[in-house]
Amino acid sequence: MLKIKNLHVKLEEEDKAILKGVDLDVPAGKVHAIMGPNGSGKSTLSYVLSGRDGYEVTDGEVALEGEDILELEPEERAAAGLFLAFQYPVEIPGVGNMTFLRTALNAQRTARGEEELSAADFLKLIREKAASLKIDADMLKRPVNVGFSGGEKKRNEILQMAMLEPKMCILDETDSGLDVDAMRLVADGVNALRDAGRAFLVITHYQRLLDHIEPDVVHIMADGRIVKSGGPELALEVENNGYADILAEVA
Amino acid sequence: MALPQAKLDTTEARLAALSLPESGAWASEARGSALERLKSMGLPGRRDEYWRFTAPDTLNAVDAPEAALFDGDDNPAFCDLDRLCIVFRDGVFDAEASDDLALEGVEVLRLAEATGQDIHWAKDLYGVLEARAHDPVPRPFAALNTAFATDGVVIRATGKVSKPIHLRYLHEKTDSDAILHFVVRVEKDADLTILEGGPAAARFNKCMEVDIADGGAFHHVRLQGRDHERRAVTHLFARLGEASTFKSFTLTANGRLTRNEAFIELTGNDAVAHIAGAAVGDGDFHHDDTVFVTHDAVNCESRQVFKKVLKNGAVGTFQGKILVKAGAQKTDGYQISQSLLLDEDAQFLAKPELEIYADDVACSHGSTSGAIDEEALFYLRSRGVPDADAKDLLVLAFLAEAIEEIEDDDIADDIRDRLEGWLSRHRA
Repeated sequence: MLKIKNLHVKLEEEDKAILKGVDLDVPAGKVHAIMGPNGSGKSTLSYVLSGRDGYEVTDGEVALEGEDILELEPEERAAAGLFLAFQYPVEIPGVGNMTFLRTALNAQRTARGEEELSAADFLKLIREKAASLKIDADMLKRPVNVGFSGGEKKRNEILQMAMLEPKMCILDETDSGLDVDAMRLVADGVNALRDAGRAFLVITHYQRLLDHIEPDVVHIMADGRIVKSGGPELALEVENNGYADILAEVA
Repeated sequence: MALPQAKLDTTEARLAALSLPESGAWASEARGSALERLKSMGLPGRRDEYWRFTAPDTLNAVDAPEAALFDGDDNPAFCDLDRLCIVFRDGVFDAEASDDLALEGVEVLRLAEATGQDIHWAKDLYGVLEARAHDPVPRPFAALNTAFATDGVVIRATGKVSKPIHLRYLHEKTDSDAILHFVVRVEKDADLTILEGGPAAARFNKCMEVDIADGGAFHHVRLQGRDHERRAVTHLFARLGEASTFKSFTLTANGRLTRNEAFIELTGNDAVAHIAGAAVGDGDFHHDDTVFVTHDAVNCESRQVFKKVLKNGAVGTFQGKILVKAGAQKTDGYQISQSLLLDEDAQFLAKPELEIYADDVACSHGSTSGAIDEEALFYLRSRGVPDADAKDLLVLAFLAEAIEEIEDDDIADDIRDRLEGWLSRHRA
């Protein structure tokens, strides 16, 4: 699904390399996790994949289902099936959550040459998806993320993911700022979306999210590279011993 | 104090080209005293503090600068609503095109007709609120309007008026110079909505005096738009009685020069006055909101919400004041003026002011100027919303607080549609 080859990225503003040759292959149907210490480049990877300004790709390739996406605008990547659940979802005063979701969904459908969803069908769909994430009508009516608690913001991200039905879902520290109950709700939302045609890349600091969203492969990222990959047991090793041991071992 | 020579010259030149319209006794007197007021204050100059942000030259000029007619196909506002429509063509009442002026709960008379009769409520109002509004700052174009207005209507609502009155201003001559004056009296517990739309003339001077008795409600939605080259100076005067309501919203799109002044006096306890404006300008566009709200009674609320979206050299200005007089306790005053600058050539100038002589009040004001929020833009795009659509969405979101001041949902939706249309025509 997602193939990253030798990806090198630096900040546009300053001459500072952040990613120094990332290689990653996330097949359809799989959940890959990326763990790593602060500053290892995890969030940069998620931003570069989604097309945020401010980064310059100096080398390497990123393909989604075999298509190079590095030249695409963020909205084109979204229409191609890429989704980033933000670490810090943005508040947008004045734009209703429903309006936002409907605009986004229909924009993607239009871009893919599909018909727009009617108001009635949209309403039916969103009510059903919102209910399973315990998002009430009031939250749907309010401006995007404005006045939402940390947990509500993350649930709202998962709702967007459920509505947009992307093929490749990237979750950037979706567990940050969540209590245990909220994390379970978010994880249930993610797990409900797992299927053979969809892949996940879960970026996290801690192993605890991976108790709820079980990964097939765990990668450890350090200093802009994937330094070690393994099964779910790798996450446990991090949990028990920290990153120091692993980093020393690969150094 | 003698006027400076330059001001004197400008005023004399303009007055030489104007003549007082024929009117009945009381109106002639009102016009005469307005002319005296104008002569004593003189037309504005760039050195007047109140005209620091806006050059009055084209408004002062003897002849109206030419303005090409609108060549787009924008459908005119409010025409699908059930309303009483009164049409003015280049500032002249068109009886043929207008609806019958008879409507339950309201008296409507053409100004020329009213000034020939002894109608006490019109007589007690024409030029009266205008005359009250020159302290502390003179508003010469309003005095000029009272003296020289060639047409208009007087309106008196005595009950809940069943449908809005729509003042529709058509612009058909490239050099038209229109001066219209409206007098509105909302009697005790009466309820009236006035809609205004259209560019009116190459140069338009409009004055509306609104007197709201106790418990009365006045709603006002105005669209100034379409013509790129028109110029306008307008005054809205309002005096509010006890527990009365005043709500006014203006959308301005296009226009080379627009100065909208409002002077609102809350004179009865528990009155509520909201005034809002949304302006969108691209290129040769100068938009000036000048607002003065006086609290002179207890427990009144006032809100000023002004938002401007500017690009490509467009200029927006705001001068807003809340004056709370001694004794106007429990005043709740709010004022916000904001601009969204879509590029580096756009400009916003603001002068927010509070002047408070009572000690138990809550007043706040704020003014900001900023660009599109890049974080929000990326968030929208990352969900698949194309860049241009995402920007439009954020512009509309920015204007939302002003549009929310419109109480009628259908009209608010229509305004949003018009703004979307404008934005899609003014991309890049």
